[in-house]
Amino acid sequence: MAGKAWRSSILNLLRQWGLSLNGKDKIKAQEVSRVVGALMKDTPQPRTFTRGIQTVTLIPGDGIGPEISTAVMEIFDAAKAPIQWEERNVTAIQGPGGKWMIPPDAKESMDRNKIGLKGPLKTPIAAGHPSMNLLLRKTFDLYANVRPCVSIEGYKTPYTDVNLVTIRENTEGEYSGIEHLIVDGVVQSIKLITEQASQRIAEYAFEYARNNQRASVTAVHKANIMRMSDGLFLRKCREAAENHKDVKFTEMYLDTVCLNMVQDPTQFDVLVMPNLYGDILSDLCAGLIGGLGVTPSGNIGANGVAIFESVHGTAPDIAGKDMANPTALLLSAVMMLRHMGLHGHAKKIETACFDIIRDKKVLTKDLGGNSKCSEFTGAICQRVRDLD
Amino acid sequence: MAAHSAVLSMSKIINPFWGGRLGNTVKVFGTTLTSHRNKTLRSVSELDCLCGSMQLITYEMPPLQPPPAKYGGRHTVTLIPGDGIGPELLNHVKEVFRFSCVPVDFEVVHVNSALESEDDINNAITAIRRNGVALKGNIETNHTMAPSVKSRNNLLRTSLDLYANVMHCQSLPGVQTRHKNIDIMIIRENTEGEYSSLEHESVSGVVECLKIITRNNSLRIADYAFRLAREKGRSRVTAVHKANIMKLGDGLFLQCCREVASGYPDITFDSMIVDNTTMQLVSKPHQFDVMVMPNLYGNVVSNVCAGLVGGPGLVPGANFGRDYAVFETATRNTGKSIAGRNIANPTAMLLAGCMMLDHLKLYEYASMIRNAILTTMNETRLHTADIGGQGTTSEVVQSIMRNIQ
Repeated sequence: MAGKAWRSSILNLLRQWGLSLNGKDKIKAQEVSRVVGALMKDTPQPRTFTRGIQTVTLIPGDGIGPEISTAVMEIFDAAKAPIQWEERNVTAIQGPGGKWMIPPDAKESMDRNKIGLKGPLKTPIAAGHPSMNLLLRKTFDLYANVRPCVSIEGYKTPYTDVNLVTIRENTEGEYSGIEHLIVDGVVQSIKLITEQASQRIAEYAFEYARNNQRASVTAVHKANIMRMSDGLFLRKCREAAENHKDVKFTEMYLDTVCLNMVQDPTQFDVLVMPNLYGDILSDLCAGLIGGLGVTPSGNIGANGVAIFESVHGTAPDIAGKDMANPTALLLSAVMMLRHMGLHGHAKKIETACFDIIRDKKVLTKDLGGNSKCSEFTGAICQRVRDLD
Repeated sequence: MAAHSAVLSMSKIINPFWGGRLGNTVKVFGTTLTSHRNKTLRSVSELDCLCGSMQLITYEMPPLQPPPAKYGGRHTVTLIPGDGIGPELLNHVKEVFRFSCVPVDFEVVHVNSALESEDDINNAITAIRRNGVALKGNIETNHTMAPSVKSRNNLLRTSLDLYANVMHCQSLPGVQTRHKNIDIMIIRENTEGEYSSLEHESVSGVVECLKIITRNNSLRIADYAFRLAREKGRSRVTAVHKANIMKLGDGLFLQCCREVASGYPDITFDSMIVDNTTMQLVSKPHQFDVMVMPNLYGNVVSNVCAGLVGGPGLVPGANFGRDYAVFETATRNTGKSIAGRNIANPTAMLLAGCMMLDHLKLYEYASMIRNAILTTMNETRLHTADIGGQGTTSEVVQSIMRNIQ
């Protein structure tokens, strides 16, 4: 039977058993759909739906981080989302043996909760330790960086109707950091592509496409020049495509993608690619919808860990002045809700946010208005309550 | 005539001291002027009535390049048709040149991309060495073949040491785009970087690809960029890199650029990380003037810029080496899907032909054909499908030939 048919038959069964559908013990139709969906699909749902409160690790970050985190917490409060926040700070500390790592309480909290929301972290230059983002990536093996780029109705850019997702391999590729000085004046950088990592990211891309009702996945490569490395990546993508026949798979050269992206971004759906191309393309797509201040991003790791973050900088010049724009972090938090299966709340908060931006009455400075961050947040909270 | 000989003798005296950095503006009155090895010649043609005072600056090679071969007043140029839309577009170029009585003979060399042996491409390389100048279409690289079969285009570039790829992206007023009035020059290192094709599988399932950056090549390309910027009267050069991640490799490139920049105090130099660059290009492209970068970033940025000004059918590109020059379309597409259907845009290839004519110092022919192309694009607005029109390739070429008359 189709999903809806299963759902109604189960609802009828529950009604027969006397389990209330409208009373105190409210069983929502969505819950039944979720269970039916989970039963029907072979793969487990990304986040099993629990009717209790979900604890999420919150890393406010530096600069404007604390302000926008507070804003997000307020909005979630107004939306009555079943989220409980556990705040942790992340700084680089040197563990035994001289290896740099994140504080153990942050690590323990993340491992327990599995879901995290992170604000911008600053990396001081010449601090002697690698960047904080790199540390987090290594600690939790965050292998996939997902960036959905959707045009925001109220924020005008030359490109409208952008609706694509870039999935970037986050651990290897050109960013392995392996470099040598061969002789004086000749430097060699190594780009590493492994079968395992390519397979993992390809599988994830198709899973994502399936779970989010996306029609096609495009692998971006430069196999005409880097025959073996991108060739391996492509092979793994093709194999994953074989296992997911319901999603269309295409391959395209990096330069063709760039060329077509700036002319007609509507032709792309989900893009999967190795590290460097992913870096460039995801920022290109962020530029299409209006920049890093409005772009959400999520990092998926092994063992079910997922950290959602805002990718803009810490903006120390406006920190503490109530001028920051919480949209990027808010949209990342919405992505997090979707990942957890809380689609109703996600839709509510996202709609409220887009409505406020479309109305153009209360906007922060970078969006073209001159309201404060707290006013913007307040407006969204009010809209969320109105939508209830 | 007296003026000419006076200028010539002046430059004979001055040149040994200034080593070719002297820029003369000499109007060519239809007579040929034999050029000395190290003298730069610049002629500026101004189009007033037709295109509303648009200044066209002809492309020229930087000094230290030998003059192209010239026998009996006619130049011989190697023509490599390539695959996809290459052959048909180059036929149109030949047509237009013949129609305009351009004194250029084409030596056609075919390269079969399906074969694994390198004889074809070696023939082509020998022909280019003989003639000094080439016009080519893109040769397809089948990436399902074994890694030992290298990309033909890449082989050509590295064997002839065509170290600089120059692309000038200019918005055409007649073409509808999201951003207007873009004018960016992109200089891309063409021989090393990620395109070294050095790969190996050390352990099964782990592939390493080497990206090589050398001091010599980086200095060379930076010097080329600054010299070109100075000759064209540009004020800013931006180096595009990813030195925050690839500290040694791109760090070396950036350092070389800075060193060269210190020798050109009249030109501002700044640098930008490549992902930020692409973001800025799609939102605020007017902040860029001249950009210089290693190979792979050059690929990305040049394609983004080509897309911004209207697509792959509009922008010509040139590959310069010390001794040779090869002209082609900037984005190097084979266009397999539109081959043989008479819908390809001939503009890029024709403008590449004009660049070649400038290189051969046939400035009048170059301006004549270029003006005709621009008139068709901007005035008559006969466009092919890729820029939103309904014309076919042949119609556009006919229109251009009509404008030449």
